[in-house]
Amino acid sequence: MAQVPASWFLMLSAALFALGVAGFLFRRNIITVFMSIELMLNAVNLSFVAFAYQHKGPGGVDGHLYAFFVMVVAAAEAAVGLAIILTVFKNRGTLNIDEVDSMKN
Amino acid sequence: MDLILFLIFAAIALVCAVNVVVQTHPISSAVSLIGVMGSLAILYLLLGAEFLAAAQVIVYAGAVMVLFVFVIMLLNAGKESSKGQSFTVQLLGVPVLIALLGLLAFFARQMAPPEAMVHFGGFRGGTPRAVGHALFTTFLLPFEATSVLILIAIIGAVVLARKEMD
Amino acid sequence: MQLWLIPLAPLAGFAINGLLGRRFSRSLVNLFAIGSVLVSFAWVLYTLSRAGDLQTPRVEHYFTWIQSGSLKIGCDFALDRLTAVMLLVVTGIGSLIHIYAIGYMAHEGGYYRFFAYLNLFMFFMLTLVLAANFALLFVGWEGVGLCSYLLIGFYFDKRFATNAANKAFIVNRIGDFGFSLGMFLIFANFHSLDFASVFGQAPAAPVGTLTAIGLLLMVGACGKSAQLPLYVWLPDAMAGPTPVSALIHAATMVTAGVYMTARAWPIYTHAPAAMHTIAIVGIATAFFAATIGLAQNDIKKVFAYSTVSQLGYMFVGVGSGAFSVGIFHLVTHAFFKALLFLGAGSVIHALSGEQDMSKMGGLRKKIPWTFWTMACAAVAIAGVPPFSGFYSKDAILIAAYENAPWIYWVGVITAGMTAFYVSRAMFLTFFGKYRGDGYPHESPPVMLAPLVVLALLSLGGGKLFPVPEFLRGVFHAGEPVESHALMAISIAAGLIGIALATLMYLFQPGMAEAIAGRVSGLYKLVYNKYFVDEIYDAAVVRPLVNGSRAVLWKAVDAAGIDGLVNGLAARARDVGGLLGRIQSGNIRSYATWVAFGAVMLIFVMGLAGGLVR
Repeated sequence: MAQVPASWFLMLSAALFALGVAGFLFRRNIITVFMSIELMLNAVNLSFVAFAYQHKGPGGVDGHLYAFFVMVVAAAEAAVGLAIILTVFKNRGTLNIDEVDSMKN
Repeated sequence: MDLILFLIFAAIALVCAVNVVVQTHPISSAVSLIGVMGSLAILYLLLGAEFLAAAQVIVYAGAVMVLFVFVIMLLNAGKESSKGQSFTVQLLGVPVLIALLGLLAFFARQMAPPEAMVHFGGFRGGTPRAVGHALFTTFLLPFEATSVLILIAIIGAVVLARKEMD
Repeated sequence: MQLWLIPLAPLAGFAINGLLGRRFSRSLVNLFAIGSVLVSFAWVLYTLSRAGDLQTPRVEHYFTWIQSGSLKIGCDFALDRLTAVMLLVVTGIGSLIHIYAIGYMAHEGGYYRFFAYLNLFMFFMLTLVLAANFALLFVGWEGVGLCSYLLIGFYFDKRFATNAANKAFIVNRIGDFGFSLGMFLIFANFHSLDFASVFGQAPAAPVGTLTAIGLLLMVGACGKSAQLPLYVWLPDAMAGPTPVSALIHAATMVTAGVYMTARAWPIYTHAPAAMHTIAIVGIATAFFAATIGLAQNDIKKVFAYSTVSQLGYMFVGVGSGAFSVGIFHLVTHAFFKALLFLGAGSVIHALSGEQDMSKMGGLRKKIPWTFWTMACAAVAIAGVPPFSGFYSKDAILIAAYENAPWIYWVGVITAGMTAFYVSRAMFLTFFGKYRGDGYPHESPPVMLAPLVVLALLSLGGGKLFPVPEFLRGVFHAGEPVESHALMAISIAAGLIGIALATLMYLFQPGMAEAIAGRVSGLYKLVYNKYFVDEIYDAAVVRPLVNGSRAVLWKAVDAAGIDGLVNGLAARARDVGGLLGRIQSGNIRSYATWVAFGAVMLIFVMGLAGGLVR
């Protein structure tokens, strides 16, 4: 049974996180930006669980709990965030993040 | 065997993630994201997080992403337009990205000792019983707090979305 | 001895009239103004009667004014014979002129202001003569300059008056600059400004230093006493009321330069080059001003140039080493010049403001008192014996001959011209037919009484007050020289001048114009006072104004300093604008910055070793 080096999980997590950041910086559609945020959160969850694996004692399951809470908060945030996007769309008629710039100067 | 599992699903995850970022139509991005989450669930199983894998599929992929898809449909979001430029993003975006990736990779190698290996069944503490036990003892306060948080989020979402739909 | 009472009385008069005079009646203003000067005069007489023979100066020290390092200047008054003479002249003639001014200014506005300024002037002048050190003298010096400015510009709504006041002050300032440099040199060399200390050390000092000091002090004297080339302010100063011209610009302020030079005689006797320069400047001024006086038509201008000329004589006196004789002429000149000015004021008052002699004439019968008193002054200034002017002028000429004969000859010619122009003025004003269209009326007694007193002094003052003998002890001078030949020549010159004027203006009135026509170029030159004012304007004033405007104003101030300040503000604004571009409102750029910060943070944390297990 071949085993997977633990560091590979972490590197995957890093890659997913970087991709999430890339999506956040370079995409113009608000919804896509939101999805990149979810991607980043998932990457973080993965790294939490990977670390939890290395912790084989009584507190080992804490990493899972952290990831669980991240998921809960991400869900709540997604709900509210999408509601806001709906409102923005109703007010401005655009889903282009660059056009939501009323904080200029 | 574990290695092959890992490689396949890691590859799927990466490809789907790239797809999320690259696709022009939001719905394609959403579907790709579902793919990412699914592969991540398999990886959780590999790491012995049974409860979390199930939660991932049910909550994340099943609820959150469905919400995304519904909103995309509701807004009739089309292909992304290419208006708007930002000087800062053009200048700093790529370097920052590369720096970030490099740093994270470096620390990732540092954090995990080279002899640490993962195999299926190496971690037995991820059962729902264990998770539940920890949830209601060590993590009681965060549990209650997040339940309040969800309540607030529900109310907020309803208020925000309600008026405009009239 | 309480010398401080002497200047303080007029100062009190100034304060009371200045602050409260607006609400006083005319008589109340008179009470304080004239009263304060009379108190001062009375106190002078009293002090002198009790002071003994005053061969040694009596010094009173009141308080230390400045103490800074090795510089110690006290408020000290000193009384010696020279000061006594000056005090009598200033307070005595000052009182007479104050009384006269009651009548002259009776119809003018700003009555209380006039007397307040006049009292202030008396205060400063008395401080000047009583001072026992250079600094206090300079206080008085500057103060009288200020009062001169205030009084010349008394009719402040007239442009030519305010211009004249500015001119007087500014030209004086140039002289004061020289005076200040002289004081600096004195302090640098003698480490004191006290008269006793400085004059005690002077004989031992190097001649070059003393010459430099002497020349610099002379510059100051030229400014204050209207010598070449700083005399230009005095004729214009006639814009002030006539009592001002009499008091300040004839009898007292302009003589401050002569007084200062006489006071500094220990310096000058050991710096012969400086003294000789003073004599040359004096005689040149005397001659030059007399020529201008020949052709003027404004009666006050004639006397103004005459004042410049007579001041030149005083400087010839002190410049030739005969200090006491120079002071003697100062005293007699105060008598007859004040009288001439007051008389001219009486004429002007009689004609309700007319000053042009071509519109006068035949006033002899109409204002007889004025005529006879002015006639006394005229013969005095012409040097006719045995009147006062003769004694002093003659003594100066003889002293000049001892020093440098050519100065004597120029002085004789000038004396002739003096007699000529004074007689000309008298004839044009009082003889012939009346050419104007006013109603000449005699002046009130309050104006005539001082005229009479001054007339008596002009006639008999030479014999009554033997000033040179009185002052001999002060200056350590020798016996005066007598020469009957020289005396005869100078008397002759005076008589010729009078005769010529009589011929040209009394018997053959057309002759003057005929001569003027034949030498019309020369006449125009003299009539326009050699265009000196115009030359100064073109050579000094215009370049200075234009230079200031172009360089100092436009370049340094507007472009440089404003540019710097405004430029800094503009650059600050630009930087702010530049930084403000970060606030673009673009969410993606904000996110980029956040990511950038996060990367930096991770990097730093890693460097600090916080991330290593």
